[in-house]
Amino acid sequence: MTAQSIFLLFLGGLVPLMFIAYIIGKNKALKMIQCGHKTHSQATQYGWFSALYTGLPVILVMVAGVLASLFGVDAIPKPMLIVVALVVGVVALLVIQKSITKDTKARDNIESLIKGVLLFATFISVLTTFGILFSIVFEAFHFFQRESFWHFITGTQWDPDTAFLEGASRDASMAAAAKFGAVPIFAGTFYITFIAMLVAVPLGVLGAIFMSEYASSKIRNTIKPLLEILAGIPTVVYGFFAAITVAPILVNLFAKFGLSASYESALGAGIVMGIMIVPIIASLSDDVISSVPQKTKNGALALGMTKAETIKFVTLPSAMPGIIASVLLGVSRALGETMIVVMAASLRPNLTWNPLEDMTTVTVKIVEALTGDQEFNSSLTLSAFALGLILFVVTLVINIISVQTIRSFHKKYKISTL
Amino acid sequence: MKNDYFYIPQIEKRNAKAKRFHILVSSAIITTMAFLFFFLFTIIKEGIPAFKQSYIQVDIEITQELVENPYAINATLDKDIAKFISRSWTRSLPSQIEKNPDWIGKTVSLSALTNADVDQYLKGNNHKLSQDQQQKLDKMYEDGIIEFKFNKIFFTTGDSKIPENAGFFSAMVGSVLTMLVTMLIAVPIGLMTAIYLEEFAPDNKFTQFIEININNLAAIPSILFGLLGLAIFINFFGVPRSTPFVGGLTLALMSLPIIIVSAKAALKTVPESIRQAGIGLGLTKWQITRDHVFPLALPGMLTGSIIALAQALGETAPLIIVGMIAFVPDASTSIFNAATVMPAQIYTWSGMPEGMYIEKTSAAIMLLLGVLLSLNAIAIYLRKKFQPKW
Repeated sequence: MTAQSIFLLFLGGLVPLMFIAYIIGKNKALKMIQCGHKTHSQATQYGWFSALYTGLPVILVMVAGVLASLFGVDAIPKPMLIVVALVVGVVALLVIQKSITKDTKARDNIESLIKGVLLFATFISVLTTFGILFSIVFEAFHFFQRESFWHFITGTQWDPDTAFLEGASRDASMAAAAKFGAVPIFAGTFYITFIAMLVAVPLGVLGAIFMSEYASSKIRNTIKPLLEILAGIPTVVYGFFAAITVAPILVNLFAKFGLSASYESALGAGIVMGIMIVPIIASLSDDVISSVPQKTKNGALALGMTKAETIKFVTLPSAMPGIIASVLLGVSRALGETMIVVMAASLRPNLTWNPLEDMTTVTVKIVEALTGDQEFNSSLTLSAFALGLILFVVTLVINIISVQTIRSFHKKYKISTL
Repeated sequence: MKNDYFYIPQIEKRNAKAKRFHILVSSAIITTMAFLFFFLFTIIKEGIPAFKQSYIQVDIEITQELVENPYAINATLDKDIAKFISRSWTRSLPSQIEKNPDWIGKTVSLSALTNADVDQYLKGNNHKLSQDQQQKLDKMYEDGIIEFKFNKIFFTTGDSKIPENAGFFSAMVGSVLTMLVTMLIAVPIGLMTAIYLEEFAPDNKFTQFIEININNLAAIPSILFGLLGLAIFINFFGVPRSTPFVGGLTLALMSLPIIIVSAKAALKTVPESIRQAGIGLGLTKWQITRDHVFPLALPGMLTGSIIALAQALGETAPLIIVGMIAFVPDASTSIFNAATVMPAQIYTWSGMPEGMYIEKTSAAIMLLLGVLLSLNAIAIYLRKKFQPKW
């Protein structure tokens, strides 16, 4: 039986059962009201109460059964599971019918059930965080059992070829031992991020100043949507653009100066990544700069400052924490950005200061390690989780700092957003 | 002027400086906009030609033998013309004959798909044709034997290793299936979480912890969600790889925090007085939320959800990790079959060496951007039209 037909069968049993429960509960309450009793809740609420509490055990039994078979407890036949669940439902229905009296707090019970369901939904979102944390930490731990952590963060050679052979179940006894020194990868990541920031910070912050201080509302209303378009372009598209258009332009440009640039240079990936981050920095900084009180600016203008001086000496210093926070958010985006570097940067770990050479990043290595035909338990696959752990920790710390900074900034100026 | 009472020291210099600053900030925004237009211009310029495809008029004598071995037509045709025809078209000949059984025994004039080199030459791109072949093609184009038609293949077929036969359809279907899974999981859970946190949750340490957690989750690099999907869904729960189901689950987790944050913001805009009026009338929390707060916040919540889904639609990195870059020639019909999605197809094509894939990639990007922009436009329209003003 397919999952689909099981689901349909299940619904086909559950919905009528709950409907019957609703009718019975409501009628019982109506009868009590007709007899002159003063019931605690309204008749429909008794209906809902009996329907919901009939359905709840059915769903719980079903979920428990599915989970049990997932975890390898002797696979329970699905039709039997459905029958059992529905029988439990009928029993629950009978019990509830008996228990409904004029003092039954149907309304309060509905309330607490719904609150429970909402709380359950909330737990799923929290579980996601822990899911990420545990899955990555767990696999990274496996990796560090095999390779030394110290070598991982200080070694300058990344050469997992033997691990690749082992992972592909081939004989690797002849080859040299695999080396997992991730320094060149980290260096490449930070270097490309640095180049991206060289592009994004001036363009983003100056653009934000223009929008909040100089632009008329008409210009603002045209530029904002355009920036949103720029922010909404998928990164795979930026990557394609970097690889097909920007890289050849850069190579030709530097060839004119007699410099040879790689088609997968850090510069090309960095520039395009910078452009991608401009709208993030610009819109956040714009919010921050706009929220500096007009009074402060007026005070400066009244003292005879020019507009530019007001911005430089009054507005920007007040907004500085917020601007720094937005730049930090941009940095964390750049560190975790994947598609642009996968398509426009190279696979070769390369420790160099020359931005025209090719470099690789953490995200590229993660993608490379996980897209081959590797066994899940090979060192190469696990190295991706070790890299992911470092990425997770670094971006998390940056995010926490930047969110705290923005929050304290907003508190200072008593703005209640975020 | 020195004796002027209103004299401000070095005013000319300072004004000039202010003007320079104005120019500086304007140039920042102009540069950004210039990049955007340059980008759109390049993509459109590269992508437009992909919407037409050259076809060549050939007369073929249809025999029963062709049904078994369609490549036999290469012997009957002019040597050069045979080289111009796409292999994929020849391969599809038997099924064409099956559809038109009355063709057998007659000579039919058919419009055959040309191969990538011919198409690229006629569009003025890189090709591998000899001087002779080029002249021949020029002549045939002038005579109208070769003509451009709307590229139906691009919209009706899946991926192919033969560039002229590669289409975007299966990727579009894959994206729709994946987005369905994402939407059905992320939107209800996201909205429920937001309602709990805004309306029901007591203001204690635990709630604060959840809120901080969700805010941080929204800024985690998307590729890490791919690692989660691989380690937990595929490796632990045994969900089949490369399927819209696992891709949709992964994207759902990714868009959850974004949906929650925007839905919370929408709930916050509903004035407190409405809730207090409900309490005054003796309604329960759930009754107030269901009948008053939720309907009022719904436009804002929908806007946020649509924007989050649009972001998920353009996401590639986590899907690559869970294997959604499979080679999928036929559109999949179930969420448990291997599929590819639009951005992943763009990624695969961009790595292909043949020139024709460049224009197909650009055209695919145009389609993807079109979908994303219209989704965002719908979201903004919804907000403008239905958002109540207080």
